[in-house]
Amino acid sequence: MTQSAITTTALTKRFGNFIATNAITFDVAQGEIFGFLGANGAGKTTAMRMLCGLLRPSSGEARVAGFDIYTQTEKIKQRIGYMSQKFSLYEDLTVKENIRFYGGIYGLSNRQIRDKTADLLQRLSLEQEGNMLVKALPLGWKQKLAFSIAVIHDPSIVFLDEPTGGVDPITRRQFWDLIYESAAKGVTIFVTTHYMDEAEYCNRISIMVDGKIKALDTPAALKKQYGADTMNEVFLQLARAKS
Amino acid sequence: MKQFFEFVKKECFHIFRDRRTLIILFGMPVVLIVLFGFAITNEIRHARVAVLDYSQDALSHGLVNKITASTYFDLAENLRSEKDILPAFRKGDIRMVIVIPNGFSRDFIRERKASIQLLTDASDPNTATTLINYANAIIGRYQQEQTNLQHLPLTIHPEVRMVYNPMLKSVFLFVPGVMTLILMLVCAMMTSITITREKELGTMEILLVSPLRPMLIIAGKVVPYVLLSFFISIIILCLGSWIFGMPVKGSILLLLSACGLFCLTALSLGILISSLTNSQQTAMMVSMMGLLLPTILLSGFVYPIESMPVPLQIVSNILPAKWFIIILKDIMLKGSGLRQIALPMGILGGMTCFFLIVSLRKFKIRLS
Amino acid sequence: MEPIVVQNIYKQFGNVSALHDISFTVGPGELFGLIGPDGAGKSTLFRILATLLLADKGKAMVNGLDVVKDYRAIRRQVGYMPGKFSLYQDLTVEENLHFFATIFNTTVKENYDLIRDIYEQIAPFKNRPAGKLSGGMKQKLALCCALVHKPSVLFLDEPTTGVDPVSRKEFWDMLQRLKEKNIPILVSTPYMDEATLCDRVALMQNGAIMQIDTPPAIVAEFRTKIWAFKSDDMYRLIRDLRAHPEVKTCFAFGEFLHVTMTAGPEEVSGSLTAGGHTGLVIKPANAGIEDVFMALMQAQTQPV
Repeated sequence: MTQSAITTTALTKRFGNFIATNAITFDVAQGEIFGFLGANGAGKTTAMRMLCGLLRPSSGEARVAGFDIYTQTEKIKQRIGYMSQKFSLYEDLTVKENIRFYGGIYGLSNRQIRDKTADLLQRLSLEQEGNMLVKALPLGWKQKLAFSIAVIHDPSIVFLDEPTGGVDPITRRQFWDLIYESAAKGVTIFVTTHYMDEAEYCNRISIMVDGKIKALDTPAALKKQYGADTMNEVFLQLARAKS
Repeated sequence: MKQFFEFVKKECFHIFRDRRTLIILFGMPVVLIVLFGFAITNEIRHARVAVLDYSQDALSHGLVNKITASTYFDLAENLRSEKDILPAFRKGDIRMVIVIPNGFSRDFIRERKASIQLLTDASDPNTATTLINYANAIIGRYQQEQTNLQHLPLTIHPEVRMVYNPMLKSVFLFVPGVMTLILMLVCAMMTSITITREKELGTMEILLVSPLRPMLIIAGKVVPYVLLSFFISIIILCLGSWIFGMPVKGSILLLLSACGLFCLTALSLGILISSLTNSQQTAMMVSMMGLLLPTILLSGFVYPIESMPVPLQIVSNILPAKWFIIILKDIMLKGSGLRQIALPMGILGGMTCFFLIVSLRKFKIRLS
Repeated sequence: MEPIVVQNIYKQFGNVSALHDISFTVGPGELFGLIGPDGAGKSTLFRILATLLLADKGKAMVNGLDVVKDYRAIRRQVGYMPGKFSLYQDLTVEENLHFFATIFNTTVKENYDLIRDIYEQIAPFKNRPAGKLSGGMKQKLALCCALVHKPSVLFLDEPTTGVDPVSRKEFWDMLQRLKEKNIPILVSTPYMDEATLCDRVALMQNGAIMQIDTPPAIVAEFRTKIWAFKSDDMYRLIRDLRAHPEVKTCFAFGEFLHVTMTAGPEEVSGSLTAGGHTGLVIKPANAGIEDVFMALMQAQTQPV
């Protein structure tokens, strides 16, 4: 068996009386694309924050990149990348300045930053735009750039929180090309999305309902299990069943 | 009308559900008054004085009583001759010696002019000046009383006008200053923030698309703050008079209407700021830099306008705060009536109209 | 009279052309969708129709009223739900609804019929501050607030963005029911799959409308043959297909890849099997709105 990138056992977070994540247990293998789905308010964001070391769990165990999420959060942060739809890049810095900054905070050397910058701009075909302010870029390009910067320090796991919201269909697919490319290099991808077709691109997906993981398998197996043609149907069946 | 009341009600919900705003609104006046009143002023109380009275008549006793009866001075000892003066100072606890020459009463009534000598320990010049000022004020009052009593124009000392010298930093001058500052803060800053908050939230879009007229939107947002700030100015006045014995010599009604006018001025400034900015953060920065700092530094609240360089003195004229402080001091300390403060009131009124017209012109019925 | 008429609208922000020659009409009781990603110009168009922005050129009418001249009359008649959640977060559900009813000079009771279906779903939370609702609930409340004055036209700017699939489905069900009440609805969305739920749609990209028609007609008009591909190693399949000289486009679509080719599938599959692909499935696929959208996008960006 391949080494696990993320393992959780009965991971729980309570806010007062409210149980945001209720004893979730799962395993993500290194190099896997893991889709983390659920309705709004099902507890996805809370779970993701705990795994990133931003939130201390109430109980349960979890290891990310081999490190304990209670005691080794600093080590975890060195080994993960994070990108969300909302806060990603500094709009008033240029493309190159953003790359420099993020390279810098992850401790890359000047030489590494220079090489990475050239390589990244070339791969995204942004050579012309290197000195442009980020806010002048179209949304889709920003998201692709944000992803590339999130993996600039070669993390072993990348967390993506609804990375493609509002992006046009072509760019959305180009974005997934980038994800595939990283996964092929062995990076583990942990991604949330509201696009159900994107769920199909994942190796395995979990569906959270009311703080619990209600289903966890490959898209094909889930569709078979629920007698559905699309992931959308699977999702609707599961999330509806709660009430 | 119902729309309007509903709007005001909604605004009140915002205010009372936001605990931080509430703390700022009500905590700030108290904290500022107490801070300025007790800590920052160089107010002197219960300074020990010695008296050398050669005259020993009814008038001189009256004067000494008057001086030592105030909370500023306590009578420490009666001296017998000039030789005792220096040793009294050397003991260290005597701050001032009052020397009343022979025939004080006679000079006062016959020649309508008498002089006394005030000696202070000038090793601490600030205290010395302040004490002299206080003593002068009391002597001035005494002379006034006697003049009325005897129906004669009598003079004891010519420096009576020192009472209104802004250099004399007492709590009496801080109360008007703090009041100005707080009304500026509540009215101008809070209004500009609350209006820009609607813009940030996106609710302004819905309000604009509704049949509400822009005037009504602004009025609905502003009215609760007018009432609130008016209420706060009353709190400040009460604090000032209960804790620090701040006098209100003029008419209370006039004082309150002046406060009302200044609230309007500050509000119109707030509305103006909000119509020029689109985010709460910018609105806050603009109110801080553009309103609060000049109010503190240039209005004569902390630094006397008379001692500023001429360009700054000219600039200070465009600050509503300067005029409001003048009005407050005139009404509270001098007991001026409407006629004396007509000019500053007129200036404030003019500024208010100007700001309101500009901001209503600038208020957009659309988004851009 | 058509409830919404848009004629040759242009709008420029600095150097960016936000709207470029936009024209369409929405008929009585029609559910009309503006489909396009962020930055397509949908929100700008809504704001022009809601009388919040002035167009640089062109004309627009709502209920026969001009959006520039008669803006005040229009504001009384339309229900508008902006793209961003625009309710008071610190007021409760009930207070928000009550407030919006009052500013439109009406009461919740008066038009309760219209919002009953929707409001009953959020009624259990009526004393909760709007800021503490989940995404789907917020959207329902916002819809209630936009409907509470019984508008004769409804503008909904991206009501389902960032909302989970279940809430999205519920929201569209509500729109279908509103349609029965004969209220024309103009709605925008970045989710291509929601296009099929509209009577007619305009596909928008970069401030221009690429096509307007009913969803079935749009798909029927699309003549390019699409093939669905699948194999055990999808990532390698994408790369191999894109590198293939006969393949024109190749995009991931759910569990399959949608591929357009200049040759038949046999020629391509031959080289794939030779390249070591296992579990290869190739079948003809039905084009969807998204396929059409992407094809139109490519045509738009490629210089003619």
